[in-house]
Amino acid sequence: MYIKINALLKDKNFHKMFALKSTTSLLSKSVVPKVGLLAARSLSSTPVVARNVMPRTDARPSNSAPFKFTPENLKRAEELLKKYPDDFKRGATIPLLDIAQRQHGWCSVPVMNAVAEFLEIPPIRVYEVATFYTMFHREPRGKYLLQVCTTTPCQVCGSDNIVNTIKKELGINVGETTPDGMFTLIEVECAGACVNAPVMSINDDYYEDLTPASTKKILKQLRKGIVPKRGSQTRHSCEPKTGLTALTSEPVAPPCRPDL
Amino acid sequence: MLANTLTKQSLIKPITSTVAKSAFSTFAGSAPLKDEDRIWTNLYGRQDWGLKAAMKRGDWYKTKEIIQKGHEWIINEMKVSGMRGRGGAGFATGLKWSFLNKPLDGRPRYLVINCDEGEPNTCKDREIIRNDPHKLIEGILIAGRAIQAHKAYIYIRGEFVNEAETLQLAINEAYKAGLIGKNACNSGWDMDIYIQRGAGAYVCGEETALIESIEGKQGKPRIKPPFPADYGVFGCPTTVNNVETISATPTIMRRGGKWFSSFGRERNHGTKLFCISGCVNNPCTVEESMGIPMRELIERHAGGVKGGWDNLLAVIPGGASCPMIPLSLADKCFMDYDSMSDVGSSLGTAAMLVLDKSVDPIKAISRFSKFYRHESCGQCTPCREGTGWMAEMMERLEVGNCTLEELDQLDKLTYNIEGRTICALGEASALPVRGLIRHFRPYIEERIKQYQATHPKTDGHH
Repeated sequence: MYIKINALLKDKNFHKMFALKSTTSLLSKSVVPKVGLLAARSLSSTPVVARNVMPRTDARPSNSAPFKFTPENLKRAEELLKKYPDDFKRGATIPLLDIAQRQHGWCSVPVMNAVAEFLEIPPIRVYEVATFYTMFHREPRGKYLLQVCTTTPCQVCGSDNIVNTIKKELGINVGETTPDGMFTLIEVECAGACVNAPVMSINDDYYEDLTPASTKKILKQLRKGIVPKRGSQTRHSCEPKTGLTALTSEPVAPPCRPDL
Repeated sequence: MLANTLTKQSLIKPITSTVAKSAFSTFAGSAPLKDEDRIWTNLYGRQDWGLKAAMKRGDWYKTKEIIQKGHEWIINEMKVSGMRGRGGAGFATGLKWSFLNKPLDGRPRYLVINCDEGEPNTCKDREIIRNDPHKLIEGILIAGRAIQAHKAYIYIRGEFVNEAETLQLAINEAYKAGLIGKNACNSGWDMDIYIQRGAGAYVCGEETALIESIEGKQGKPRIKPPFPADYGVFGCPTTVNNVETISATPTIMRRGGKWFSSFGRERNHGTKLFCISGCVNNPCTVEESMGIPMRELIERHAGGVKGGWDNLLAVIPGGASCPMIPLSLADKCFMDYDSMSDVGSSLGTAAMLVLDKSVDPIKAISRFSKFYRHESCGQCTPCREGTGWMAEMMERLEVGNCTLEELDQLDKLTYNIEGRTICALGEASALPVRGLIRHFRPYIEERIKQYQATHPKTDGHH
């Protein structure tokens, strides 16, 4: 290895070669969307254009809209601080970002700055948290955020069909927003309702046991402004759908030991 | 839940001296669990979750007396019950609590409840907090007394908005009734319970990452030692327990540790929530006795594998991070910690994913690899880079675009990640891939050969 590198360094054209090579690989990685042959067989596995990175830039026009907590939210925030010891107010960063995001719709730079100001911590501490967690959106999104779980348990139950149905119904791809600003579709990792797969969450609510037909129905209802049936579309909760195999009798208080 | 199997497993001491010899020893525990022996009696939410209904089901009964027995008694009862943490690592709960059975050093202590349920296949904690929240709240009070904590944080994954709301309402109810708060249940013990919602990071299920997240930082696991029992949330002694463990506590205290340990076999006691998802006729979550044969569990509660038992391809027994078990082994193993480790897997959270023969196992595991690539926090190089490499190789493997040497390389890669990271996420990402190669090697090789036959070599590559 050492000899090889030395030989390379002696080569007059080495720097030229190297520069050329790295630019081509840079280009191919950023242009070719799927991580194909070239990227997989190159030296570094970290793609030059990292996945899901949402860089913090003040330059975007949408980032310049000012943000201020509403009086109700300010009250909520004050209430929140009581949960934490006096010298650990920073603990409220995540819930506070959530409150701010709910108010503003997404986590813009002024939103994060407002949180930092409220908690009296450097803004970078808030930026790093907001970019780490996937539930903080660093771009504006539609009124309804459709998050379809596509991890294996949902995948084997047909989540790909659900994604395709939504794509077809709304005419958008994963990661895009409809032109009317109503729906944004994203794929997410396990939603934690695998028994009720396939699962989609729309804003705060889960919709479970989906079929292409029920997905279409939900989208139609949302368009009309009707609130669709939350939770499982076919059963009550996580029980077997053809009838109970446990907890069939009326629950009674269990016996208690005599020495209490 | 990503529990820290790596550091903890080595610490587990046998609760009793006799250790079950083999998974295939005879086991007589296959009689169905009776309804009166079930702990979570409102698992399916067919009744109200509120305080009044919960009390009718036996919650908050003689809690004051339990609290007044003191921490030694509670910890001992937990040890007698043989409860092993239900979050995945299976660390003995009584032992964990006894780490904090030492004189107070002036710092407050904290109890942290892990409800960051993100492990694929797992959906049991959600059912507890939305249908039986008072079991958890009462459990927190008792566990808080055991470790002498006056404050508890429940860390719920951010996506469970409605579930967190239900739990908050239940907590408010309990405060109002004087069951928690100052002088909880008139027992003289103060207990405050707070909910902290996460924001979508699987790695926060690891206990130290969870602690970091509560402190308002990025969820990146800490190096241990110091262990949370010495230096946890806000720099104070902390115990992190799973929701299922804590919500079973009140019933164990009331019925006695001996009652709980009468289920299952040595070292694998009690009842447990099992989630059965994937290619079964009736996917469901159900409470059963530990050590129930896998086949019986699937056939009794989940309506059997789609297309019959022989159509089974493999079972992933305890969340994504457990290696798969093929049909030949699934037939004769029991759902408990020792039996699962005997067949080269682990019980984890006891959330099974059943795959039938219509499923492509390479694609299924490849999706898990993508999951881990997405969820790696990026702190340790082997995990950050390794999960990316694995996901990319697995993606090529889906179509067979790979050489046979690369298959060995992939297997080796899993060993290069395992044990070289701060938390167990690295190991968790490596195990499913290794399990796939171990059990389906001929199948994968066949696919590679097929690809090579249809794609002639050009420029040294297929």
